[in-house]
Amino acid sequence: MELTEKATGNMEFPGEIHQTPGGGIVLSTFDGIINWARSNSLWPLTFATSCCGIEMMSVASSKYDFSRFGFEVARATPRQADVIIIAGTIVNKMGPVLKRLYDQMADPKYVIAMGACAISGGPFFYNTYSVVKGADHIIPVDVYIPGCPPRPEALLHALICLQEKIKSGLTREQIRGELKG
Amino acid sequence: MTNEEIKAYFTTVAPSATFDETGEWLNVQVEPGSWKPLAQNLRNSVLHFDYLFCLTCIDWKTHFSVVYHLSSTTYRHTIVIKANVYAVNPEIETVSDIWRTAEFHEREVYDLFGVKFLHHPDLRRLILTDDFEGYPLRKNFEDPVNMIKL
Repeated sequence: MELTEKATGNMEFPGEIHQTPGGGIVLSTFDGIINWARSNSLWPLTFATSCCGIEMMSVASSKYDFSRFGFEVARATPRQADVIIIAGTIVNKMGPVLKRLYDQMADPKYVIAMGACAISGGPFFYNTYSVVKGADHIIPVDVYIPGCPPRPEALLHALICLQEKIKSGLTREQIRGELKG
Repeated sequence: MTNEEIKAYFTTVAPSATFDETGEWLNVQVEPGSWKPLAQNLRNSVLHFDYLFCLTCIDWKTHFSVVYHLSSTTYRHTIVIKANVYAVNPEIETVSDIWRTAEFHEREVYDLFGVKFLHHPDLRRLILTDDFEGYPLRKNFEDPVNMIKL
């Protein structure tokens, strides 16, 4: 996904503002405003299963600082989180736990698969009885980040990609949910 | 204490023991049948091995080796004890009453290798799910759903 100037910097308000004498008129859509608000305040879940978690913590700390993009409010409970960053290997015993965490998150919710383990089982322990070969076997993933572990810049890129995805409308999972009614 | 002193001690209490000094620590091969009283002796004797810091198992296909890493907090010497057990229905006496830490280690080896520790107070699974079939760290373990055979 190509990052536009709009998405990387200060996001402009989605709509038109017409200046009129003594005030102004704003033309927009509710969906546009809602997605604009959602994308700029994504609260990640404090969740990490291996070394990618250390990299995620590095992105949260001052050197990289994902709070610049609205991710600073890391939550220790899935009830208050918007995005789950799967940072690490998921094993078969962890699978039901991950599913439960995802189910406990309030809609709208988003998933980032960080690193080789979360994408495909990883470069080390994939040929094992215990490892899930990709977290997307358990929950739907919005953004994948390759790497082992990915650079902090890569995680920031993924977070910005997710923002762009939210701004451009509902995700596939959300559309599926709407159709189900 | 030096390896030579420890070896001299072993030749008095367990004459059948053989030694290997190629690794970092002194390796002692013992008979599984005589291991339990020997373990009790090692803990209480002058060598004072009061600390079991690792208990694991190796699958050699023809047999299993149960491996004990022992250390002394007084003298700071370390040895490795190896006991070979049969590939079919492997069994060995527990040492959990001598070193309490072995209780969990033995449960782990039982879970992943299927080695039965006789007279263990609570030999249940430790890591795997209750319905897991087979012993995943054995060389002949097969899981066609999750693993590619190499």
